[in-house]
Amino acid sequence: MALLEIENLSVKFPSKTAVMHAVDGVSLSLDAGDVLGIVGESGSGKSVTMMALMGLVSFPGEVTADKLRFDGHDLLKLSANARAKLTGKDVAMIFQDPTTSLNPCFTVGYQLAETLKLHMGLDSKAARKRSIELLEQVGIPAPESRLNVFPHQMSGGMNQRVMIAMAISCSPKLLIADEPTTALDVTIQAQILDLLRTLQKDLNMALVLITHNMGVVSEMAQRVAVMYAGQIMETRSAHDIFEAPQHPYTEALLAAMPERSDGAARLATIPGMVPGLNDRPVGCLFAPRCTYANNHCRTDRPELREWQDGMVRCHYPLPGVKP
Amino acid sequence: MSLPDKTIEASAAPVVVARDLKQVYKISRGVMHPADHLQAVSGVSFTVLPGKTLAVVGESGCGKSTLARMVSLIEVPTSGELTLDGVDVVKASAAERHTLRRTVQLVFQNPFGSLNPRKKIGAILEAPLEINTTLDAKARAEQARAMLALVGLRPEHYDRYPHMFSGGQRQRIAIARALMLKPALIVADEPVSALDVSIQAQVLNLLADLQQELGLAYLFISHDLGVVRHIAHDVLVMYLGHAVEQGDKKTIFAQPLHPYTQALLASTPGIVGAGAPRKRIVLSGELPSPLNPPGGCVFSTRCPHVTAQCHNARPVLRELAGRQVACHLAEQFT
Repeated sequence: MALLEIENLSVKFPSKTAVMHAVDGVSLSLDAGDVLGIVGESGSGKSVTMMALMGLVSFPGEVTADKLRFDGHDLLKLSANARAKLTGKDVAMIFQDPTTSLNPCFTVGYQLAETLKLHMGLDSKAARKRSIELLEQVGIPAPESRLNVFPHQMSGGMNQRVMIAMAISCSPKLLIADEPTTALDVTIQAQILDLLRTLQKDLNMALVLITHNMGVVSEMAQRVAVMYAGQIMETRSAHDIFEAPQHPYTEALLAAMPERSDGAARLATIPGMVPGLNDRPVGCLFAPRCTYANNHCRTDRPELREWQDGMVRCHYPLPGVKP
Repeated sequence: MSLPDKTIEASAAPVVVARDLKQVYKISRGVMHPADHLQAVSGVSFTVLPGKTLAVVGESGCGKSTLARMVSLIEVPTSGELTLDGVDVVKASAAERHTLRRTVQLVFQNPFGSLNPRKKIGAILEAPLEINTTLDAKARAEQARAMLALVGLRPEHYDRYPHMFSGGQRQRIAIARALMLKPALIVADEPVSALDVSIQAQVLNLLADLQQELGLAYLFISHDLGVVRHIAHDVLVMYLGHAVEQGDKKTIFAQPLHPYTQALLASTPGIVGAGAPRKRIVLSGELPSPLNPPGGCVFSTRCPHVTAQCHNARPVLRELAGRQVACHLAEQFT
């Protein structure tokens, strides 16, 4: 049985004039030890999907789903308390900016121990011991002296390591990393990605990596889901999706990368913008920006369907030739 | 197009010449202690020709932004020579510096922070003209509208506020504002790193088009080597205030000779299809504090090839294989 099953998850934010569909019918499943990358532009619903899973979407957001199961528990039926207990221990999340996700008023040691005491039932002494082990595990030199340090006394890379230590402290079954390296320098990014990869393998965690950096995804993920305007447009193995994208949006995203320009003077661009609150198209959400769109695309919204070892949400998937 | 075109042939003299630029900050350590000195930039030399792009690459804290502040006349270098459009900046009088500032304009990283939310786009674009020229309101508005067209925005955007635009459009506005005084040099500090990849491509294309049309020189600061590879002509790699490798983009990307450049290139996740995971060099540790730089080579604390010589003697920049590199061991990488 899959570790995580999401079926037809939607998150809506109603406003006075219209309803914002932040997530629109997302289905995902994940096994233990899987690494899934979720990519997409800002506002495509990557983060909100995972926030909904964690139960972090607050009023006025409305979360609906046909199925939301984690490790055999139906998250939709659990009380808020029981859910917090479950997700707090078995699902962990790392956020983009380590300097703002740690509390500046408490020492690193205090923040680490708090989680351990709450979810693992350790006493202060045991929690301290375990904290030192954890800091060691994420590669922080002299971990004992680091326990009494405040977040502002450490660099961004170090803080991100502390965040990761905190995330893995309860041996979670699923780790969600939301843009874990965007705020970091490239050499530090490489260190953190390496660390995540090792930990994921050692602890056999499932890892969901949310990012807009295609390079990071191609290095880390086994499977990739491409999101656009709240919907999954394509899912496929990481290898295939970069070699032969079959959704026009995936193709356009990859073509826009400077790394792929091959010395051309101009980069390929995607005209137009992500649909907003009031201009959500009737047909395919990508149709207004798609170079291949025809009238069928503009009037009839495609469903996500099985297509050549993956899923694609397009009436006319690309043949999958090498770009 | 209503702007006078500064063609590349018209001014082949370099826009910026920097020789041995240094910037030292005094750090107060309280009353009882002598002040500390922080060498933010220690001896960097480069030239930028009209119509060319020099990319400055490095991690945070390497002195990229200090360099940008010196070139854009926000700060006076502690020592060294800096010539802008043929005028020596260090020796220039305050009045000269004032007029000189028109030739250098800045584009910042975050277009959400760099545009005043209370002002309309028209006012934002006209502000530089108001301060620096004697044009009347009508002429200013005319130029602002012409500039909107040049950067790919519509004339009706003149009367809108920044919050009504997306990130990419705002960056276009920021670029338009920088161009209002017809500068010779644009200092762009991470201009696309806050943007999504599809928008980033649009802004990079715009920058390339403007450079061709107006013969602009760019000092392009970035940590994204994919972007640098696309847009730059020359590359300057900095580490802890020192230039460690500089030269032609193609030469450096084809065969980086400094271990730091090699590590940077290897650390940038690129899309490598076909199953074979790329060999990556993961540097251990972090940038040392610039208050207490390592003796010998500045990179010696993190370098995978470090030898005893590296700890003792600081390598100087020298010519090797068509570029300049500061490494004792550079020959073995050729």
